[in-house]
Amino acid sequence: MKIGPKSGLALALAAAVGGSFLTPRLDAYFLNILIDVGVNIILAVSLNLINGYAGQFSLGHAGFMAVGAYTAAGLSTLVSANLLARFHGFEHSCWAFGCFLLALLAGGLLAALTGFLVGAPSLRLKGDYLAIVTLGFGEIIRVLLQNFESLGGARGLSGIPPWATFGWVYGWVAIVIFTVLALVHSTSGRGFLAVRDDEIAAQAVGINTTQYKVSAFVIGAFFAGIAGGLYAHSKQFISPEGFGFMKSVEIVVMVILGGMGNTAGVILAAVVLTLLPEVLRPVAAYRMILYSLLLIVMMLTCPRGLFTALGERAKGWLARPKNGGPP
Amino acid sequence: MLKVVNLRAGYGPLQVINGVSLRVQPGEIVALIGANGSGKSTLLKAIAGVIPQTEGRVLLRDQPVAGWTADRLARRGLALVPEGRALFHGMSVLDNLRMGGYPKRLAGARLAERIEALCVRFPALREKLSQRAGELSGGQRQMLAIARALVSEPEILLLDEPSTGLAPLLVAEIFDCIGQLRQAGIAILLAEQNVQGTLRIASRAYVMQTGRIVLNGPAAELLRSEEIQRAYLGK
Repeated sequence: MKIGPKSGLALALAAAVGGSFLTPRLDAYFLNILIDVGVNIILAVSLNLINGYAGQFSLGHAGFMAVGAYTAAGLSTLVSANLLARFHGFEHSCWAFGCFLLALLAGGLLAALTGFLVGAPSLRLKGDYLAIVTLGFGEIIRVLLQNFESLGGARGLSGIPPWATFGWVYGWVAIVIFTVLALVHSTSGRGFLAVRDDEIAAQAVGINTTQYKVSAFVIGAFFAGIAGGLYAHSKQFISPEGFGFMKSVEIVVMVILGGMGNTAGVILAAVVLTLLPEVLRPVAAYRMILYSLLLIVMMLTCPRGLFTALGERAKGWLARPKNGGPP
Repeated sequence: MLKVVNLRAGYGPLQVINGVSLRVQPGEIVALIGANGSGKSTLLKAIAGVIPQTEGRVLLRDQPVAGWTADRLARRGLALVPEGRALFHGMSVLDNLRMGGYPKRLAGARLAERIEALCVRFPALREKLSQRAGELSGGQRQMLAIARALVSEPEILLLDEPSTGLAPLLVAEIFDCIGQLRQAGIAILLAEQNVQGTLRIASRAYVMQTGRIVLNGPAAELLRSEEIQRAYLGK
C-alpha cells in the first residue's frame, strides 16, 4: 500500500502523540536527547528549504530561533505565573495545552515576520552578501536580547514551564517535514528549485523570483521560531548565548552534511550531529574542531552532501543485479 | 506586436542602452546584430523586464508594458531564451519543459499535450526526457531552452545568442528550427553575433553599436551591401 503525503502526516502525528505515552518509562537523559534531536530536525529541515531548495545561503537561523524562543517563553511564563496561582492543576490542564500552542504559534509568527523584514530587502543580494547580512542579523538579535532586562538580559530567562513533551516536538517534526516536502514537490513549489538553479531562466519562465525567495525565508523562519519555542519549553531556561553564531553554523553544517535540498539526508544529519557530541563527551573540547574538519573534508570530497552521495551509491548497488552489472 | 520606443536601460548608474527604438511583427524574424558589448543582451533583458528600464516605452500588442516585471510579461506572452542556455540544471528535461508551462499555469492534459507537440518538433529531446538537463550536450541544451520557452505558446520570442559555442552543423540546425517557428506566426527578435547565418533567416535587421541602433533595413539588403559589412559587421 502506498502512503500518500497527507496520510503520512496523520500517521506521523499519531505516532508522535502515541510515543509520548511511552516517554514516562524512558530514562530522563535519553528523553532529553530525543527532544534535542527533534528540535534540531525542525531547524535543519526548515533551513534546508532556504539554503538547500531555494539556494539562498542564510547564516541567521539561530536568530529566528531566538525570536521564537523568547516570544513563546515570555508569553508562557507570564501566563503560567499569573494563572498557576489561581487555578490548581493548571500545569496539566487543557488550558495549558492551548496556552502552549498559542505561545508557540506567536513565536513562529513573530519569527516569520522578522524573516520577512530581513528577507524582503536583503534577498536581492546573492551568495556571500546574503550570508553576511543574515549573520549580522543573528548577532543583532543576540545582542538585543542580552540588553533586554525584562527578558532576563545576559542572565537568561528561567522558570519556563516544561510543556515541550515528546509528542509536541515530534508532532512539529512531522508538520515541518510534510510542509517542506509538499511545498517543493508541488507544481508551483518547483519554482524554489528553479530559482536555485538559474535565476534569469526562472524569471524568463515567469517566476516571480523575489516572491519565492522571500516566502522560503518566511516559512523557514516560522519553523525556526517554532523550534525555538519547543527548545525553550524543554530546557526551561534560555539565554542569548544559546542562539549565537555557533548555533547557526551548527544548523548549516547539518544541512551541508545531509545534502542541500535532500530532506531525508538532512534529517539523518540532524540526528547524527545531535548524538555525536553525546558519544564524544570525553573529547567535548575538540567538538568545534571536528565540525570544521568535517566541513572541509565534505566540501572537498562530496559537495552535494555525505548522505546524498551515500544514497546514490546505495541506489547503484541496489540497481546493479537487475541490470546485470555496470556497462 | 512588439514596439520599443526610445528605450534606456542599464545596470545601476551604468547606462548601457541609450535610446533604442524597434518593432517586431507577428511571423517575422528580426535580427539584432552587433559586436560583443554593443548592448544586444542588455536590450533583450530590459525588454523582458529582467533588468529595469530607466526610460522609454514598450508596447506589447499596443498595450504599454514598460516597467512590468519579467513574470508579468511572461504571462502576457513574451518569452525570453536567455544567453548561455540558462536551464534548470538540477531538474530533468521533462521538468524543465514543465516549468515552461508556468507562465500560463498549464497543468495536466493541457501541459502534456504541449510537451508532446514540442517533442515532435524536437525529437532529440524525447529520448532524453528523464535525463538531468545538466547532462545534455550544448546543442541539446539550446534546443531545450527554446522548447521550454515555447511550452506556454508565446506570441513573441526573444532569443539571445542561441548559436554561441555550437559546432557549425548545430548552428545550421538551430537556425533552421528558428526559421520554422516563423511559420507558426510567432514574432521573433533574434540577437546574434553570427551575422551571415542570422541575416539569411531574418526578414529585417537592426545593427547595434554602443547601446544605439546605428543602422536598420531589410536583411537581404544588409547581407548584400559590402560597405555595411565592412563598416559594422566586422567583415
